[in-house]
Amino acid sequence: MTGRFRTATGGRIDRSKLVRFTFNGVSYTGFEGDTLASALLANGVHLLGRSFKYHRPRGIVAAGAEEPNSMVQLGEGATTEPNIRATQISIYDGLVASSVNVWPSVNFDISAVNGLFAKIMTAGFYNKTFMWPRSMWLKLYEPVIRRAAGWGRAPGEKDPDIYDHMNLHVDVMIIGGGPSGLMAALAAGRAGARVLLVDEQSELGGSLLSQKQLIDGKGGADWVAAMVAELEAMPDVTLLSRSTAFGYYDHNYLCVLEQKTDHLPMTERMGKVRQRVWHVRAGHVVLATGAHERPLVFADNDRPGIMLAGAVQTYVNRYGVLPGRKMVLFTNNDSAYATALDLKAAGGDVVAIIDCRTEGGGALAEMARAQDIEILQGYAITGTKGGKRVRAVEVRAIQKGAKVYTSAARHIDCDLVAMSGGWSPVVHLFSQSQGKLEYDDGKACFLPGKAMQKLEVAGSLSGAFTLKDCLAGGYKAGSEAARTAGFTPKRKPAAPEIDEPEATAIEPYWIVPGSRPIGEGMAKHFVDLQNDTTAADIELAVREGFESVEHIKRYTLTGFGTDQGKTSNINALAILSGILDKPIPKVGTTTFRPPYTPVSYGALAGRNLGDWSDPVRITSIHDWHVDNGAEFENVGQWKRPWYFPKPGETMQETLNRECRAVRNSVGVLDASTLGKIDIRGKDAAEFLNRIYTNAWAKLGIGRVRYGLMCHEDGMVFDDGTTARLAENRFLMTTTTGGAAGVLDWLEEYLQTEWPELEVYCTSVTEQWATVSITGPKAVALLAKIAPEMDLSHDSFPFLSFKEGVAAGIDARVFRISFTGELTYEINVPWACGRALWEAVMDAGTEFDITPYGTESMHILRAEKGFIIVGQETDGTTTPQDLGMDWIVSRVKPDFIGKRSFSRSDTAREDRKQLVGLLTDNREEILPEGAQLVFDPNAVKPMPMVGHVTSSYYSATLGRSIALALVKGGHHRKGEKIFAPLDSHNVTAQIVDPVFYDKEGEWLNG
Amino acid sequence: MLNIDCPWCGKRHETEFRYGGEAHIARPEDPFKLDDAEWADFLFMRTNTKGYFAERWLHSHGCRRWFNVIRHTVTHEIVGSYRMGVAPPKPAGDKS
Repeated sequence: MTGRFRTATGGRIDRSKLVRFTFNGVSYTGFEGDTLASALLANGVHLLGRSFKYHRPRGIVAAGAEEPNSMVQLGEGATTEPNIRATQISIYDGLVASSVNVWPSVNFDISAVNGLFAKIMTAGFYNKTFMWPRSMWLKLYEPVIRRAAGWGRAPGEKDPDIYDHMNLHVDVMIIGGGPSGLMAALAAGRAGARVLLVDEQSELGGSLLSQKQLIDGKGGADWVAAMVAELEAMPDVTLLSRSTAFGYYDHNYLCVLEQKTDHLPMTERMGKVRQRVWHVRAGHVVLATGAHERPLVFADNDRPGIMLAGAVQTYVNRYGVLPGRKMVLFTNNDSAYATALDLKAAGGDVVAIIDCRTEGGGALAEMARAQDIEILQGYAITGTKGGKRVRAVEVRAIQKGAKVYTSAARHIDCDLVAMSGGWSPVVHLFSQSQGKLEYDDGKACFLPGKAMQKLEVAGSLSGAFTLKDCLAGGYKAGSEAARTAGFTPKRKPAAPEIDEPEATAIEPYWIVPGSRPIGEGMAKHFVDLQNDTTAADIELAVREGFESVEHIKRYTLTGFGTDQGKTSNINALAILSGILDKPIPKVGTTTFRPPYTPVSYGALAGRNLGDWSDPVRITSIHDWHVDNGAEFENVGQWKRPWYFPKPGETMQETLNRECRAVRNSVGVLDASTLGKIDIRGKDAAEFLNRIYTNAWAKLGIGRVRYGLMCHEDGMVFDDGTTARLAENRFLMTTTTGGAAGVLDWLEEYLQTEWPELEVYCTSVTEQWATVSITGPKAVALLAKIAPEMDLSHDSFPFLSFKEGVAAGIDARVFRISFTGELTYEINVPWACGRALWEAVMDAGTEFDITPYGTESMHILRAEKGFIIVGQETDGTTTPQDLGMDWIVSRVKPDFIGKRSFSRSDTAREDRKQLVGLLTDNREEILPEGAQLVFDPNAVKPMPMVGHVTSSYYSATLGRSIALALVKGGHHRKGEKIFAPLDSHNVTAQIVDPVFYDKEGEWLNG
Repeated sequence: MLNIDCPWCGKRHETEFRYGGEAHIARPEDPFKLDDAEWADFLFMRTNTKGYFAERWLHSHGCRRWFNVIRHTVTHEIVGSYRMGVAPPKPAGDKS
């Protein structure tokens, strides 16, 4: 098919470069420089999709980001993208696209029957209709609604494309590459500032590409080319086209999506970055984002072929396309007259200009009259005819302020309606920057008011609707921005010669009256085309009690969707203001939020995918664990062996075997992940005294002590052992997950509360690999690999450490215990971890040494009643609650948390306290987190008195055990307690939390 | 994302920092001289200022230093940052 609607000459397309593409299975051709929308219009295709709710035929309305209708499914397979606006797709050879929200096809759509039920499918339809029964939602209503109102399909495969992110700091950032933005860039660039200019379109120039205005006798495109050439020659100016600033955040931080390859044929994209997100921090910002034209709201204003006047002008002048041959123009302002003149000049016919103003049109109207175009002033379009394309309009004289029309209709045949309801400055980014909007009655639009960040506004965004004002305002804004960023602007260039007709004033015309008032009758005055919201829906919402514009938005869906109401928001709130009889500024606007246009998850993720999405920390022994079949669990970012199953074992069988090995012979654990902090300085002991709850000053060199740390509120937040390496040097260990937080905590107190203390903290977690051997045979094992070390009890007692050689490696060995058995934690330089581990395994063969993981570690410590911070504690647990008063110094005058222990709440007798639980049924393992009650027959909701914190099967004891926090638990030992589960009640006895070796006899082997 | 001026490193993105709450709340010299209500006030009560607010930040992914910032809690305007133990700068137009 050829482009039957292509003009003979002109436009920014390259007529020497034919591009083939497919839409809804039909092959078409266009030219390089076309968008999918312009290429389809050139082929006479207006019907692009079906509407959201009523499945009415819909076509192209706009020519840019504001397009509400023409969303297509672009591409196939893994790279397919749903709901992309045809107006923003640059065509490329081999492009494949199809309509969305149609079934079985765009020409014959079954759901169009919804239109017959339109009376009941009003605002809030889903909320009202599908309320009951609730169970039907998931099974029936939602899937059906989703399919009927589904729009496009997400790809089912992994995204194969490459995305990246780039950070940039600039003095001046300019958003918008139209006449104002280019002038701003020129001013800032000439002043010597580092400048970034971004523009969402395929080439710079903005409105100049669509209009025929001459600047200094040059065509707009030529003027743009000269500007771009000068800017590109400046080394500190960066120009990015196809780049949308989609978010304006605090302190002039903006995000830009650059589409680098989306316009290229698939074969040329391979290996290239598809999209890049720029993270820009700008000294000063110039917003030159332009304005969007508003539709007029009249009956059946949604048929294909009804378009924005400015868009028609763009298709004619920029793309060399006639969107129709018989146009009716409907306007309330002067700008649209240029469209009529341009279409006529390009060979189209303008049947009539309908201007709802009784006078106006200015010089452009005179030119139209001179070309014998009929102008009907004081008229409006009150209805349209046509199915898949507008065929005719019904026109009536309208009384100013009338709610219904009374005059007779005149029918005018046409194949295109161009409409203009005036212009809405694109305030989205300004509003995102927290700037305040002000309504301008004369211009009938919201304009940027007080700015909250360092920015300037320029061009039509600032309400300058003439080219002359845009150029001058752009240069001024660029100079201002450069000045604020610390540069001296150059003198302003002479104003260019522009022949611009004087414009007459716009007359707001928010809704065209129907035969009956709004909300009555069958005619549909569409306000939001993407969501099928009509003026009647807004009226109904008000009638049902919604008044706030934010509520109306959510109830009627106006302003939602992929276009976020770029063409509908202002019309909707003006109509609302009319219904409420409140001025527009009093009604207010809804909130503008990022992103300005949709951004794919791929672009936001950038390279942070798969292994790069989150760092993984592994120990130097990790590969051995993998080779030996360990199952892993994540502890913070660490991968820790969870258990080491042998072939054919269940998890419980593995745990039983690992625990028995520790109790009867020897087990080995990779403890490298424990946090380690080197603390030194002349006040190190004093510092520990203030941080820990127990006393540290008198700890001997070579000795080790266990400590608890509390926050100021008295709640436990970490624990671990600390060794005194020298008079002024300690090695602190922390929980694996708490290491970073503890270091932060120490540094915070040293810097903010006690700067007078001379203490230095260094994380050495990854300097030391730790292999822990535990069990009655641990001493025999250590003797084999460290023959030089004196392991006698007198020389190497519990809670001490020794430096020496183990397996030929310089080592520091700590005698501490988390299992209750005799334990040596052997620390060697990180890189030697694997060698030490293998030496331990070799030497342990004769003892049947058994590697074990975190799960057995948890069971073994629970048998001893040792807590795990974060499991037995949750930020509301004091040392006393844990029954650990023994570690809280009564002698020290102060330490962090001490004062809070005597607060009335922390001193209460009936706080939740740590106890052991033994279920009546020895085999029953309580679920961790299970709520506990004293009386299982209490009236619901039962008073809950605590919860299970840890629960395991203990092979050592041959039964289940649990730890729990129970109200007043310390005084309830021997009493029964109950866990009401879904299936049954579990009965347990409250006992001491130490289940095994209460006397600690096994500590010495 | 805020642009925070670390007194040691200069302006950096907010993602390099950790927030530390209201500034200038010194730990009492002798907590035991405070009654329960006064101690609870120190522990839990903060001003929840609408306007210029002195707050603490930690350059956690940088020099690891704590410092103070005067920030407007509505506009996020940052008036200045200063080291621990230094008197806060007065924001322009602040009459308090």
